[in-house]
Amino acid sequence: MSHAEAHDHHHGPEPGFMRWLKTTNHKDLGALYLMFSLAMFIVGGLMSLVIRAELFTPGMQFVDPQFFNSMTTMHALFMIFGGVMPAFTGLSNYLIPIQLGAPDMALPRINNMGFWILPIAFGMLLSTLFMEGGAPAGGWTLYPPLSMQTGDAMPFLVFSIHLMGISSITGAINVIVTILNLRAPGMDLMKMPLFCWTWLITAFLLIAVMPVLAGAVTMLLTDKYFGTTFFAAAGGGDPVMFQHIFWFFGHPEVYIMILPAFGVVSQIIPTFARKTLFGYSSMVYATAAIAFLSFIVWAHHMFTVGMPVAAELFFMFATMLISVPTGVKVFNWVATMWRGSMTFETPMLFSLGFVILFTIGGFSGLMLAMTPVDFQYHDSYFVVAHFHYVLVPGAVFSLFAAVYYWLPKWTGTMYNEKLGKLHFWLSTIFINVLFFPQHFLGLAGMPRRIPDYSLQFAEFNFMSSVGAFAFFITQFIFLYNLITTCRGKWEKATDQVWEGAKGVEWEMLPSPLPYHTFEQQPDLSDYEPHPTH
Amino acid sequence: MSSAFMSRTGALMSKLAIAASLGMVSQAATAEYALNMPVGVTEISREVYDLHMLVFYVCCVIGAVVFGAMIYSIIAHRKSKGAKAANFHHSTVVEIVWTAIPFVILMALALPAAKTLVKMENTRGAEMSIKVTGYQWKWQYEYIDEDVSFYSTLSQDSNFARQKNSGVDLESVDNYLLDVDNPLVVPTDTKIRLLLTAADVIHAWWVPDFAVKKDAIPGYINETWMQIDEPGTYRGQCAELCGRDHGFMPVVVIAKEPAEYQKWLAEQKGETAALTTEQNVAASLALAAQ
Repeated sequence: MSHAEAHDHHHGPEPGFMRWLKTTNHKDLGALYLMFSLAMFIVGGLMSLVIRAELFTPGMQFVDPQFFNSMTTMHALFMIFGGVMPAFTGLSNYLIPIQLGAPDMALPRINNMGFWILPIAFGMLLSTLFMEGGAPAGGWTLYPPLSMQTGDAMPFLVFSIHLMGISSITGAINVIVTILNLRAPGMDLMKMPLFCWTWLITAFLLIAVMPVLAGAVTMLLTDKYFGTTFFAAAGGGDPVMFQHIFWFFGHPEVYIMILPAFGVVSQIIPTFARKTLFGYSSMVYATAAIAFLSFIVWAHHMFTVGMPVAAELFFMFATMLISVPTGVKVFNWVATMWRGSMTFETPMLFSLGFVILFTIGGFSGLMLAMTPVDFQYHDSYFVVAHFHYVLVPGAVFSLFAAVYYWLPKWTGTMYNEKLGKLHFWLSTIFINVLFFPQHFLGLAGMPRRIPDYSLQFAEFNFMSSVGAFAFFITQFIFLYNLITTCRGKWEKATDQVWEGAKGVEWEMLPSPLPYHTFEQQPDLSDYEPHPTH
Repeated sequence: MSSAFMSRTGALMSKLAIAASLGMVSQAATAEYALNMPVGVTEISREVYDLHMLVFYVCCVIGAVVFGAMIYSIIAHRKSKGAKAANFHHSTVVEIVWTAIPFVILMALALPAAKTLVKMENTRGAEMSIKVTGYQWKWQYEYIDEDVSFYSTLSQDSNFARQKNSGVDLESVDNYLLDVDNPLVVPTDTKIRLLLTAADVIHAWWVPDFAVKKDAIPGYINETWMQIDEPGTYRGQCAELCGRDHGFMPVVVIAKEPAEYQKWLAEQKGETAALTTEQNVAASLALAAQ
C-alpha cells in the first residue's frame, strides 16, 4: 500500500492514525476489517485454548466451571461475530468494487461507520470479563432462563450484539447497493464472479435475520430489567419461543458464514485448474436455493424441545433437502478440476482442503438432520465436531485461501510459497487431530459445554487438546508470512499474479492495486469472463 | 507430570492401533473403546443405531465416489504431468443426474427415519409414569401414583474429586462424574413414560443406551418413553447447558426385573413415609426456633 501512496500524490491517504479513522476508501476499510478479524481470531483462539487446556486431562485443573462456561460463550461470540463475519465483510469491501469495475463501495461513509462500530462492540463485550458476575456464561445461544442469570454483563452483551447487528446490516446494504448499481457497463449479473454472487445473496440473508436477533436479545433485556415476561413461563411467557426466534436468525447465520466461502473457492479452483468453472449458472441457482432453504430449517437445532411429530418431520425433510444444492456445488468443483491442468499453490491447497473437509462436515450435517438419530447426537461433542468442521476447515480455510490468493494483488508482493505450503499441511493435519476425535467423544456420550468428563473420554480429549495447541502455534507461520509480504520482503508479483487467473482484477489492474481504481469507468461490454451458455 | 503425559500418550497410541486394526466401527471396538454410538438396550435404541450406521455407510459411499474422483483428478490432471486443460463448462444432463440421485438417496434415508421417529414419539400405552424435574444441579424423580419421590445428585466421591486440584486419583473414584447418590430405579420389559420439566433453567435428560434425550423446560411438561430389555446400570448426563455445574448432574438408571423392582418400590414407600415424617418434624422444629 505504501507504493500506492507514492504513486498517487493527489488522492493519496493522509498519513497516520487519522487516515484509518476517517477513511472511506474500500481498500483501506477492507484491510481494516481483515486486520480486525485477525485480532478477534487470536482473542477467540486464546479462549479456545483455555477450554482445551482445562479439558486436557480429566479433573478440574485451571479454571472455575463458571469461567469455563464464559470461555465457551465468549469464544463463540468472538469467532462468529468478530472473526468470520468481519473477515468476509473485509473481503467483500476489497474485492467487489475491483471485480465489478466500480470506483468504490456505493456508500463509503456508511462503510466507515460500519467498521468503526466493531471495535467498540467487541471492546464492550471483552470488558464483561471484568464485571461483577463475570462474562456471559449461558452459551452464545443465550437461551433463557439461563441467560437471565447473567450478572452485570447482560446489558453490555445485549448492546454489543445490537452494535454488531448494525455493523453487519450496513455492510450488507453496501454490498447490495454496490452490486446492483455500480457495476461497470457490460458487467451483467450473470457475468459476475461467484464471490459477488454469493455475497449478494449473503447480504439479503443478513438484512433478513440480524434484526430478528436484535429483537430476541432486546426481549431478553426487557425480561431482565423491565419486568416483561416474554420468555418467563411464570409470567405466561415461553422459553421455547426464544429458541425459535434465535434459530430463525441462527440458521441463516450459518449460511452467512459459508456462502462467501463457496464464492472464494469457486474462483480459486478454476484459476489453478486452468479451466472454466463448471456449471456457473447452477452454482448461482444452488446458492439461492440454499439461502431459501436456510429459512425453513431452523428447528433442527431444537429437535429435543418437544415439538409435534409433524413439525419434527417437516424440519427433518427440509434440512435433508439442503444437501441437494450443497452436493451440486461440491460436484461442480470436482468437475471443474476434472481434466484440468492443475498446479497446487497455497490458495489451491487450502481450497482443496476446504472441499474435502467441508464435505466431511456436510456428511455429519446430513446425519444430524435425521431426527431420531439427532436425539443421540444433539448437544454432544458430535455436534461440536460437525460445526467446527464446517467453520474451521470450512469458512476459515477459505479465508486463508482468499488471503494467499489476493494478497499479491493487494500488496504487489508474492508471499513465501514454501511457508504457505507448510502452513497448509500443518493446519490440515492438526485441525483433524483437533476435531476428528470429537466425533468419537460425542458418539460415546460426552455432552458439549462441560468442563470435566469421566475417564472413558480421556484419550480423545487429550488428543484433541494436543491438536488445538499445535494448530494455534501453526498460525504464527501464517502471521509471519502475512506481515513480511505486506512489508515487501519477498519477490514482486506480476499483474496477473497467477497463470490461470481470469477476471477484472487480474487482467485489467496492476499489482499492487492503486489507491483509487477505475477513476474512469471501464467498459466491459466485450468482456467474457466465462462462456454464458 | 511428564510420566503421566507419557502413559496417557502410550494408552492413546495403543488404543488407536487396536481401533485401526479392528476397523473403526466393529462391535469389539465400540464396546471397549467407545468409538461409536452404543447399540443400547431398547428396541428404539437399536433402530436408532441402525439408522446411524445406515446414514454413516451412505456417507462413506458418497465420500468414496466424490473424494475418489477428486484424488484421481489431482493425480492425473496436473500440469506437471503435461495435462492440457479441457474446455467443457457445463452439461445439463450431468447436472440433472447429480441433482436427482442425491434426492433418491435422501428419500431412502428419510422414510425409515420417519418411521422410527413416529414410534419414538408415541407415548400411548405406557404402563407407568415417572416425573423427572431438572434443578440446578440435580434431578428429582417422582413415581406417579406411587408416592415415591427423591432427588438424585452427583455422588460424594465424584463431587469431592472434581474440586479444583483436589489431588484425588480419579482412577480410584467409582464411575467418576457418572455416579449419583440415588439412582432412578425402573423395571425392565415395561413401557415407562417420562414426564419432564424443570424448576429453574432448561436441562436435558439423556441416557445414550435408551436413545432418550429430551429437554426439561420450566413451564413445560415434555413426554418421552422407554422400554428396557436388559437389567443393568445405565449412565448418562444432563445435555443442555444449565449453568455452573452443568457437567456435574449425571443420570444413573438401574433397570431391575419387574419382581425385583416391586420389592425395591415397597421398600421405598416405607422409607419415603419415614422421611416425610422426619422432614415434617425438622421443619416444625426450625419454625419453632425462629
